[in-house]
Amino acid sequence: MESQTNIDFSRRNFLKTSLLASGGMLIGFNFMAAYKPNAAMPSAIENLNFNDFNAYIKISDEGFITIFSPNPEIGQGVKTSMPMIIAEELDVDWNKVTVVQAGLNTKNFKGQIAGGSQSIRSNWDVLRQTGATAKQMLINAAAQKWTVDPSTCSASKGIISNSKGETLDYGDVVKLAATLPIPEKVLLKEIKDFHIIGKEIVNVDIDKIITGKPLFGLDFKTEGMVYATVVRPPAFGQTLVSFDVSEAKSISGVLDVFTIGEKARNFLSKGYVSWTSILSESDKIVVVATSTWAALKAKKTIKTVWKQATELESSAFHDKKLMALLEGDTLKVIREDGNINDSFKQADTIIERTYHSPFLPHNCLEPMNFYANVTASKIELVGPTQTPEEVSKAVAVLLDRKVEEITVEMTRMGGGFGRRLYSDFALEAAEIAAKIQKPVKMVSAREDDMTTGVYKPSVKYQIKAAIKDGKITGYHLKEAAINGNMYGSIAHFFPAGCIPNYKVAAATYNSNITTGAWRAPYTNFLAFAEQSFFDELAAAINIDPIQLRLDLLQKVKNTTDKRIQYSGERMENAIKLVREKSNWGKTPNGIYQGFASYYSHNTHVAEVADIELKDGFPIIKKVTVAVDCGVVINLSGAKNQVEGGVIDGIGHAMFGDMSFENGRPTAKNFDVYRLIRMQETPKVEVHFLQNDLSPTGLGEPGLPPAGGAVANAINAALGKRVYSQPFVKALKKNTVVG
Amino acid sequence: MPNYTLNINGQTRTVTADADTPLLWILRDELNLVGTKFGCGIAQCGACTVHIDGFATRSCQLQVSMLDDVKINTIEGLSEDGNHPVQEAWKEIDVPQCGYCQAGQIMTAAAFLAENKNPTEEEIREAMHGNICRCASYNRIEEAVKVAAEKMS
Repeated sequence: MESQTNIDFSRRNFLKTSLLASGGMLIGFNFMAAYKPNAAMPSAIENLNFNDFNAYIKISDEGFITIFSPNPEIGQGVKTSMPMIIAEELDVDWNKVTVVQAGLNTKNFKGQIAGGSQSIRSNWDVLRQTGATAKQMLINAAAQKWTVDPSTCSASKGIISNSKGETLDYGDVVKLAATLPIPEKVLLKEIKDFHIIGKEIVNVDIDKIITGKPLFGLDFKTEGMVYATVVRPPAFGQTLVSFDVSEAKSISGVLDVFTIGEKARNFLSKGYVSWTSILSESDKIVVVATSTWAALKAKKTIKTVWKQATELESSAFHDKKLMALLEGDTLKVIREDGNINDSFKQADTIIERTYHSPFLPHNCLEPMNFYANVTASKIELVGPTQTPEEVSKAVAVLLDRKVEEITVEMTRMGGGFGRRLYSDFALEAAEIAAKIQKPVKMVSAREDDMTTGVYKPSVKYQIKAAIKDGKITGYHLKEAAINGNMYGSIAHFFPAGCIPNYKVAAATYNSNITTGAWRAPYTNFLAFAEQSFFDELAAAINIDPIQLRLDLLQKVKNTTDKRIQYSGERMENAIKLVREKSNWGKTPNGIYQGFASYYSHNTHVAEVADIELKDGFPIIKKVTVAVDCGVVINLSGAKNQVEGGVIDGIGHAMFGDMSFENGRPTAKNFDVYRLIRMQETPKVEVHFLQNDLSPTGLGEPGLPPAGGAVANAINAALGKRVYSQPFVKALKKNTVVG
Repeated sequence: MPNYTLNINGQTRTVTADADTPLLWILRDELNLVGTKFGCGIAQCGACTVHIDGFATRSCQLQVSMLDDVKINTIEGLSEDGNHPVQEAWKEIDVPQCGYCQAGQIMTAAAFLAENKNPTEEEIREAMHGNICRCASYNRIEEAVKVAAEKMS
């Protein structure tokens, strides 16, 4: 069990303080702990260049707090929640806190990445220590003024008091505090004393969002900036042969039309290996114009000839390949317990099912875009990226420049879902800027985004279980995935440790279609397959599906298997909470329920979907969710993440469908590609388990169980199992709505 | 390129542009009113929603040459200080996740509530159905429209 009480306080040198010439005190620290312990502090706030630290707290003479937060904000709420943790331990009123998005210089910081729901989990301890250390310094300063022992003083909500009843505001002592040594040991607050953490705090950017202020990458502009659009191969496997731009060049506002690709090919040939660097080998045609519209319009007039360079693949071809892998002998065993073959030989009943899923595009509502300005002395890059450090490294290789010459500034992102982990769009912007020697914004249209994406791979599962004397004695899961999917510790998730004979194996077909992380990567579809399968197993054994999970989980409690990270107790508690809150099994006639639970990104989640039939069609009315993510930081943001994750999960399970014909994606825009909309959404009711455990991720874990809960409710309502996504296709109905 | 005179947020603005330029790009590139967002370019997502004579309209499909006699309002002109009841409700309910679609959502909701002071849940869900929220903050959007309706009644 994780605990938050045994924290090593001995490393104090990740933090520095400085007195500001303009008044107040500045504390510099690194979110990722002692990255650069001997860094010097700037002497004035104006000199902040974020080279040595990646985060700062400024405490003014008036006691106002400014927190410079460097974390990428893709909508998961860390720009609000991470400063909340500092403010809690610093012990100030939240209404005295301002959060400023810090500019970033990537050359001296490490590990800033928004992905895998890990931001809060990795930073919880260091943020608490930072806030608590600052508070202790203020207390020490007050004690010195009063000439009393600091241990006789305490601080709360920005006011320090001593045993004589005297008080000082934080602002009164900052000048002195900045000159004192940084304390070695600090006390963290008791969770029961929290007055910011766990409360509903409104998103710190709310005023800018609701009034339409510039925040996002696409909103960023500089003087003299031009716009670029890029024509990329329409099919995976094609490269450019020739093109005619005579019409494009005649469009007013068009400045230039040319190709890029040489630098990208050179980059690829250098063997620079990063999973975030995805680039096509083909030449691409670039239109540079004085406005986005001129660039978009001109792009459409370009006539192109493409040739086949590698296989032009279709979805029917993928289906065949993946089915052959499931039946074949190239599956690589990832985990094997007991003797799976014996369990099948001795079984009373064997159940085997196959589950199918398509590719999915991310469809961030803000299309991919990036700003680049490449000059002889420096390279400025600005835009929505989840991996700024990787962008700077890759651009250095691409343009044969030093990383030190490159700055990357992150804007707020109009959604990420994994897409902005990849740096293709930033590399394109950099190659274009290097060519035209002008500041430029590369803008993708929706069609570009959807057809040249980094998709969730198409994956199939075949799951086979042995039942003997009413117990599940064997469980064999096979995965076949485009470009690989099964990853890390996933084979050790539930039901690993719960079933004596257990085997997980995976095989991969390598496709030229680019694939990658998509919200709740690796488990988004696995959870649906597995949780639908357990619903069928419960029916076969004639046991309540929730009871089946609870019985199985008893076996993993107190496991000594270090590979198993999920907790039998925590999952049991989540399941029991959702059973109670959803009125499981006690709903009125006409409400059909489906259950699913899943552990991912260190968070345990259980969900129950309620469905009604309207004219024989299933309508998802409500989803009840129980979540164990440890301590909830921002109750409002946390609920929002789970509500969104559940509806996103349902939307993609129900409607998400991207297939390929001869290498070409079959959907280009939202007229064909269906995303969930308001009238299709259920009410999502979120309950958090109350405990004192360290916080874990929330951006992703709500999503994986949603598809399974809905599929199981559909079966309860219609007596029909769905084995493939999207469900609307499987049900041959287009009318499943919320 | 010809000149066009537009009435935007109560002000007269003159722009030089090709006749087929969508209002969306006039707002974003020429007038620096970037609150109106580009999402799909084919009137399917609602991120670019503005008010034309009070009606919620997709600015990506409105050519600048067709707008000489209309009043255009964008998110920047919805209220003086971000205090339109819909904006206040959005803040109260803490609606946004990434926030990118929210200006369009707010413009759709504001036009809808101006016409329908006392909407039912079904009417709200129907009115907001055209605006995609990729983060799926739909429960909160629905709740915020309800709260805004109460504020406006």
